[in-house]
Amino acid sequence: MSDYDPVEVTPLHADEVSRMEADAIAAIKAADSLDALKQARLAHAGDRSPIALANREIGALPPAARAEAGKRVGGARRAINEALAARQAELEAERDARVLVEETVDVTLPWDRRPRGARHPLTTLQERIADAFVAMGYEVAEGPELEGEWFNFDALNIAKDHPARSEHDTFFVGSTESGMVLRTQTSPVQIRALLQRELPVYVISPGKTFRTDELDATHTPVFHQTEGLAVDEGLTMAHLKGTLDRFAEVMFGKGITTRFRPNYFPFTEPSAEMDLKCFVCRGASAVPGNPPCRTCKSEGWIEWGGCGMVNPRVLVACGVDPSRYSGFAFGMGIERTLMFRHNAEDMRDMVEGDVRFTLPFGMEI
Amino acid sequence: MKVPLSWLREYVDLPAVTAHEVADKLTAAGLKLESITSHGHDVKNVVVGHVLEVEELTGFKKPIRHCKVETGEAEPRMIVCGATNFAAGDRVPVVLPGGVLPGGFEVGARKTYGRMSEGMICSERELGLSDDHGGIMVLPPDTPIGADVVELLGLRDDVIELEITPDIGYALSIRGVAREAATAFGVAFRDPADVEVPAGSEPAWPASIADPTACDRFVLREVTGFDPAAASPLWMRTRLSRAGMRPVSLAVDITNYLMLELGQPLHAFDRAKLQGEIVVRRARPGERLETLDHVVRELDPDDILITDQSGPISMAGTMGGLETEISDGSTDIVIEAAHFSATGISRESRRHGLVSEASKRFERGVDRELPLVASWKAVRMLAELGSATIQPGVTHAEVEVTPARIAIPASYPGRVAGTSYAKDTVVARLEQVGCVVVNGDDAAVRKGGVDPTGVVTGGALAARLAVTGDDMITVTPPSWRPDLTDPNDLAEEVIRLEGYENLPSVLPGAPAGAGLTEGQRLRRRAGRALAEGGYVEVLSYPFVSPDDFDRLLLPAEDARRAAVRLANPLSEDEPLMRTTLLPGLLKTLVRNVGRGFPDVALFEAGAVYRPRPNAPEVAPVLGVERRPTPEELASIEAALPEQPVRVAVALAGEFERSGWWGKGRQVSWADAVQAARLVAAEAGVELSISADQHEPWHPGRCAALYVGDTLVGHAGELHPRVVEAYGLPPRTAAMELELTRLEQAMPGPVETPAVSAYPVATQDVALIVPDFTPVADVEAALRDGAGELLESIRLFDVYAGEQVGEGNKSLAYTMRFRAPDRTLTAEETTAARDAAVAMAADRVGAQLRSS
Repeated sequence: MSDYDPVEVTPLHADEVSRMEADAIAAIKAADSLDALKQARLAHAGDRSPIALANREIGALPPAARAEAGKRVGGARRAINEALAARQAELEAERDARVLVEETVDVTLPWDRRPRGARHPLTTLQERIADAFVAMGYEVAEGPELEGEWFNFDALNIAKDHPARSEHDTFFVGSTESGMVLRTQTSPVQIRALLQRELPVYVISPGKTFRTDELDATHTPVFHQTEGLAVDEGLTMAHLKGTLDRFAEVMFGKGITTRFRPNYFPFTEPSAEMDLKCFVCRGASAVPGNPPCRTCKSEGWIEWGGCGMVNPRVLVACGVDPSRYSGFAFGMGIERTLMFRHNAEDMRDMVEGDVRFTLPFGMEI
Repeated sequence: MKVPLSWLREYVDLPAVTAHEVADKLTAAGLKLESITSHGHDVKNVVVGHVLEVEELTGFKKPIRHCKVETGEAEPRMIVCGATNFAAGDRVPVVLPGGVLPGGFEVGARKTYGRMSEGMICSERELGLSDDHGGIMVLPPDTPIGADVVELLGLRDDVIELEITPDIGYALSIRGVAREAATAFGVAFRDPADVEVPAGSEPAWPASIADPTACDRFVLREVTGFDPAAASPLWMRTRLSRAGMRPVSLAVDITNYLMLELGQPLHAFDRAKLQGEIVVRRARPGERLETLDHVVRELDPDDILITDQSGPISMAGTMGGLETEISDGSTDIVIEAAHFSATGISRESRRHGLVSEASKRFERGVDRELPLVASWKAVRMLAELGSATIQPGVTHAEVEVTPARIAIPASYPGRVAGTSYAKDTVVARLEQVGCVVVNGDDAAVRKGGVDPTGVVTGGALAARLAVTGDDMITVTPPSWRPDLTDPNDLAEEVIRLEGYENLPSVLPGAPAGAGLTEGQRLRRRAGRALAEGGYVEVLSYPFVSPDDFDRLLLPAEDARRAAVRLANPLSEDEPLMRTTLLPGLLKTLVRNVGRGFPDVALFEAGAVYRPRPNAPEVAPVLGVERRPTPEELASIEAALPEQPVRVAVALAGEFERSGWWGKGRQVSWADAVQAARLVAAEAGVELSISADQHEPWHPGRCAALYVGDTLVGHAGELHPRVVEAYGLPPRTAAMELELTRLEQAMPGPVETPAVSAYPVATQDVALIVPDFTPVADVEAALRDGAGELLESIRLFDVYAGEQVGEGNKSLAYTMRFRAPDRTLTAEETTAARDAAVAMAADRVGAQLRSS
């Protein structure tokens, strides 16, 4: 032990170490800010702090004394560091609390810098209807809006001189003899689907249709329909009913079914008018004494559309053998559906493009 | 069709049910209820009065009389009345004080014209009997005094108005409705046409059918000595009024009454005005006829006419001629009852814009067996009510017609319905309809179908429609159901009478579908993206005006001016089909601004209609007996215009709003271009943008939008003159692109990018380029020059000013580099950057700006 120094090392005395520790802890406790604590750390735990200097002296002790002194100094340093960390945490928490309070804002302030737009409810309603059928395995079929007369009428068994044709107030293109019209219904898509697709065919076709009605609260010359067609082996009117019942349930909830009444459409035979059980009063308003229902006008049922078994003449015109295949078709007006589903009362609102009408409908309906 | 319930009950033993119950049953059978009108249910205290004395009051502007009327009460009543068509001794209807007239009109005792009036003496109109308000209704002299007028005159009735579909002409008659009601209630039906018609051997007024395609039965009967002054009885006038027809004169009323009752239109000629034989034929070129409505009509060679030696005297089944019309002096009358071609009358009626009660029935199909019966009933009524003498004999010209017969398996209606009906049920239901049903299948039957227009087609179509199976039955539909021609028609009759409400509900198992197509998905996404981006969707009409093209400043040779023209536009101002979505969108924008919404962003997606160059003017109307050949179908498609789907936006005002956070941002050309990018992004394609001059955009603020070399649209700020022409807010911006073209450019599935975990190296460069250099070109050069290590590039500053020299601008970019497999060295990054700058220098003359 050549470096043995018999001189007593004062700073390593127990009393001295205790004092240093106490001073340090007092200073730490007294630090009232993170900056003050930083000063205290420098003064009492830094490289030049008494305890650090004391630590250096340990080497000067006789080997036998070193362990004890080391333990003593190490304990003090640990205590100081712990006190520092604790105070640091305290002061940081205080600071954070203070700063976060200072940063408080009024979260009720409006923030409509970039308002969202919306899609037209007639568009989204058509999509929703299509989706209901896509889920049943149907595909969405399309056809031109400016259509051949043959597709719009003749192939659909609406003969030129049949009164059913004059019920369609038709826009003619070019001249009345051009063989071209603005389609008066989405039914020509049935013909296109049967001509273009392989059997069996299950399609739904939403789209724009045209008739020469002046715009008023309940008429518009440009309107929308959605048409469905299924042609397969062995399809029956019971299947038509089952399909529309399912559709009614998907659109309007469990327990909502359809009702058929005989009607006439040249392209279906038998044909039916389809009524929807009122999804608001569920038919209750039709019973005398019950409260009235705005949606179904207290009739219990809502007229929704037409349907029927595809007239075999239509199949023949498309080259489909009616002795092997049968089919059903159905269609409904989208404006009308919007009117009763959402209590829309004036068709002009759907046409005029006023943003106040459309915005509440958002992205889906 | 308006059906007074009392009239219906004359031919059906309806149980004690309300009009609503009757209407519900008829609706379930396919005769849809439109409305029910009740008559007379609210009428109270109207009695027969006997006029005892009449005192004329003077000093008033019009004649006023104070009458003493015996009403069967203890004392006579004193009543003030303004009518002068009655005298003391007449019997009249009187509403007593406290009584009620139709419409809930209460009558009391009150003082008027200085006298007490205890009630009111009534006209027919006041009693709700007819529109006659010419004077007081004078009752026959033997009417019992004090009798209840409601009972006496049958004031009380319900009228059911039914919507009759165009296939069932027979239901445009009391007879047809009664038959359906009888079936619906399962009660007896008495056929009003079931009358004994005397066999007349000799003909009446001579007549013949010259064109058998125009008419297959023509019947004339004559009466003489008709009393033209004879009035129609009240019951007849009441029924006519309630069924919606105006009473005219006895002879006319009788023809109308029978038409309503039987469904057979009748025409009455003044015999004295007829000249020689009547011939049913088509019109000859140049022929004219002045019809009852005093219009001189140029006739078409397709028109079906009733003619005599003088020429046309009536437009068959549509409207009679003025010349031979019966007048208030006619005493000798010839009644015509005929069966005309349904399609012939339909064409004639449409050609002349003449829809009459007769034409409505003929074009929907009239019972071919009615003319003999209806004409007989007519002359009998003329005799009974108008003191006429029926002339013996009847003229009956006829063309032989084979009734349709249809063979089906007895199980066929059940096969269509998806249920099963017993054969007995099927036969019974068809018989209720009036069909004759026999067992077995006559092979000839199926070859002889009749199409709904009445033309016998037979042959191929009927064979294709034939159904076969076990237990065939052969059905001959009744003469009043010309609509029953096909197996499915018979199926419908059985199913509807068995009740649609009894159909089972079975969901078929459709084969798995492929979902929406890529194009359909794209259209939905595009709409959604624009809506999320602040745009509100509109669906404007596709009709435009040639003026719109002027307002849009389209040059004379612009392709968008070549628009499809409608033959019968709703408005003569807008006869064209849009070739661009902008006019509708801009007008909608103006409307919104006008309603107080200056900050508007709108979009529309929809078809435009673009005529094909050299397209044929006519799309052929093909036959329907078989599938058309591909060539035939192509001939239709060739004539139709292209109808691509476009999407467009228009926006004005603030795109980002002002608020408590500070000032907002006005829309700019850049928002319109960005809208295009939004849509393109949904298609997975990146647009290349270049400057363009294209109307209606501002020539200095118009971007052409390309996908590769394909022009897909334009965007930018609108030309100030367009803004002015439409009254738009200043600086309105717009975009229009063709979604159909974008759709074609859609790439396949996205390639997953390699995500490098190595650090990024960033380099900023500032380049000086001449003012006119498009930024897109600079960026493209930098990208190409930088090579594969370039991860992204972003323009963060554009500066023009002294420091970069006149006519120049400085573009500052941040370029980020990264390698997939290593950390880039500073040398590598700098080399890539230098290569980028060199490329920019080479392509667009860019100079690196010294910092």
